[in-house]
Amino acid sequence: MRLYGVVAAGSFRRYATYRVATAAGVFTNTVFGFIMAYTYTALWDQRPQLGGYDVSQAVTYVWLGQALLMACAMMGGGFEDELVERIRSGDIAVDLSRPVDLQLWWLAGDMGRAFFHLLGRGVIPLGLGALAFDLALPGASLTWLAFLAAVTLGLLVSFALRFLVALLAFWLMDGAGVTQISWLAGLFFSGMLLPLNIFPGALGEVARALPWSALLQVPADVLLGKHTGWGLAGAYAFQAGWAVVLLGAGRVLQTMATRRVVVQGG
Amino acid sequence: MGAVGAVGTVGAVGAVGAVPGYDSDSASASAPAFGRGIRARGGAMANGLRAYGLIAAMWIRSTMTYRASFVMTALASFAVTAFDFIAILLMFSHVDALGGYTLGEIAFLYGAVSTSFGLTDLAMGSIDRLGRRVRDGTLDTLLVRPAPVLAQIAADRFALRRLGRITQGGLVLGYGLLTIEVDWSPLKVLTVPLMVLSGAVIFGAVFVAGAAFQFWAQDAAEVQNAFTYGGSTLLQYPPTVFARDLVRGVTFVVPLAFVSWLPALYVLGRPYPLDLPQWTAFTPPLVAAGCCWLAGLAWRAGLRSYRSTGS
Repeated sequence: MRLYGVVAAGSFRRYATYRVATAAGVFTNTVFGFIMAYTYTALWDQRPQLGGYDVSQAVTYVWLGQALLMACAMMGGGFEDELVERIRSGDIAVDLSRPVDLQLWWLAGDMGRAFFHLLGRGVIPLGLGALAFDLALPGASLTWLAFLAAVTLGLLVSFALRFLVALLAFWLMDGAGVTQISWLAGLFFSGMLLPLNIFPGALGEVARALPWSALLQVPADVLLGKHTGWGLAGAYAFQAGWAVVLLGAGRVLQTMATRRVVVQGG
Repeated sequence: MGAVGAVGTVGAVGAVGAVPGYDSDSASASAPAFGRGIRARGGAMANGLRAYGLIAAMWIRSTMTYRASFVMTALASFAVTAFDFIAILLMFSHVDALGGYTLGEIAFLYGAVSTSFGLTDLAMGSIDRLGRRVRDGTLDTLLVRPAPVLAQIAADRFALRRLGRITQGGLVLGYGLLTIEVDWSPLKVLTVPLMVLSGAVIFGAVFVAGAAFQFWAQDAAEVQNAFTYGGSTLLQYPPTVFARDLVRGVTFVVPLAFVSWLPALYVLGRPYPLDLPQWTAFTPPLVAAGCCWLAGLAWRAGLRSYRSTGS
C-alpha cells in the first residue's frame, strides 16, 4: 500500500514540475470559461430555470466544468496515451514484470496526477470565474466536503473508463482511434458541452444513466445543492456502482490481455 | 524522409539560426529579411512548398498503414466538431433564438468559422508540437535539413483525419446558407468564399505566432489553444452574446472578428455591435496579409533566438 502512495506522490510531483504548462493551461481554461459562461447566460436569460438551474447556477456549472476538465481528463491528457504507447512498443513487458499490480500501479499514478490538476488547474480558474461572474458557490463547508467526495468517486470512474480503453491497444496495436472515440463520448456525455439535465427526452435519460455523468454532472449537482440527504447517498451509490463495475471489467480485460503478451527476447 | 533529403542543397544551413526565412504570406509581402532578391525568395518559397508536399505525403502513407485507426480518427475528428453543433441544436430545442440570432444564422456563423479553422488545422495543425521538439532537441534535425524549418514543422505529423473537421464545417455552412434568408447580391456571394479563405489564413498566422512563442516558453502550447480552439468556439456564436469588452478585444487586439464575424454579419445584414463602418466587412484579406507579416516576424525572431539543448 505504501508503494502505491509513493507512486501517486511521484506522479503528483511529475506534473507539478511543469509550471509554465500549468499556467498556460489555466489561461486556456479561463478563456473557455468566459466564452461558455456568456453563451450559457444568453441561453438562461431566455429560459430562466432551464434544467432547474438559475443563471448563476448555470454559470457556476461552466466554471466547475473548467475546474474539473483536467482532473477528470475529460478531454484526454491522463495516463492512457502513455500506457497505449508502452503496449505498442512492448515496454509493457517491463511493467508486467514488476512485483506490483498493473491496474493499481496506473491508478495510483493517475490519482496523483488528478490531485495535482485539481489544485493546479482547478482552483485558479474557478477563483477567476468567481471574481468575474456571480457564482452560486455554497458557504457551508459540509457541502464542499460532499462535493470533494463526489469528485473523488468521479476520478475513479474516469480512471476505470480510460484504463479499459487503453487496454484495447493489446488487440488493436494503434490505440489512437479508440482513445479518440472514448474521449469524444466523455466530452459529450460528461456534460462538458451542455449540462445533462437540459438534454431533452430519452437522450437525457440515457446520458444521465451513463458512467460519464459521474465525472461532472453529479459532482456539480452536489455542489449546487441538488442532492441532499438520501438523494446524496443515491448519487454516491450511482458513482460507486459504476466505479466497481468498470474497475472489475478492467481487471477481467487485464487478465485476458496479459495472456496475449509475447515478450520477444533480444 | 530520404526524398526530402534529396531536394538539393539550396540554402544549405551552416549555423543554427541562419535558416532561409520561409514566409507563410506571399512572396511579394514584407521586405526580404535576408537581403535577397525577389527571385531567390520565390525559389525559397517553392522549395518550402515542395518540402511541405513531400513530408505531408510521407505522413499520409504512414497514416494509411493503420487503416482502421485512420477511419476511426477521421470519424472522431468529424464527430468532435459535430458534437459542438449538436450542443447548439440542443440549446435550440429550448429557445428559438440565441442572442437574437436564429438557428440558421448561427449555423452560417458556425459553418464559416469551422471550415476556416478546419483548413488551417489540416494544413498546419501539428505546429504546436514545436515546443516538444525544442525540449527534446529534435528541432536540430530540422535545422540541418535543406528545407525551410517552417515548412517542415507545419507538415510534421500531417494528419489527413482532419478532413473530418472540414467536412463537418462545410456541411453546417451549407445548411446555414440554405436556411438563411438573404437578399443575395454578387458582392455578398463573393464575400462568403473570401471570408472562409482569409479566415483560414488569419488562423494560420495565429498558429505560426503561437509556435514562435514556444521558442521562449516551450511548455506553453496550451496558450495557443485559447486563441485557436477558443477563438473558433467564440466565433461560432453571434457577437451579441458576449460582453462588449470581449468583442472589442477580439476585434482590435487579436483580430479574430475578421475571420468571420465582420463579413458574416454583412452577409446577414446585421449590425456589428461595435460602431464600425461597413467597408470593414471586406478587409479580412488585408488583415490576413498583415497578420501573416507579423507572424513571419515573430517566427524569424523566435528561430533566431533558438539555442539548442546543447547536450
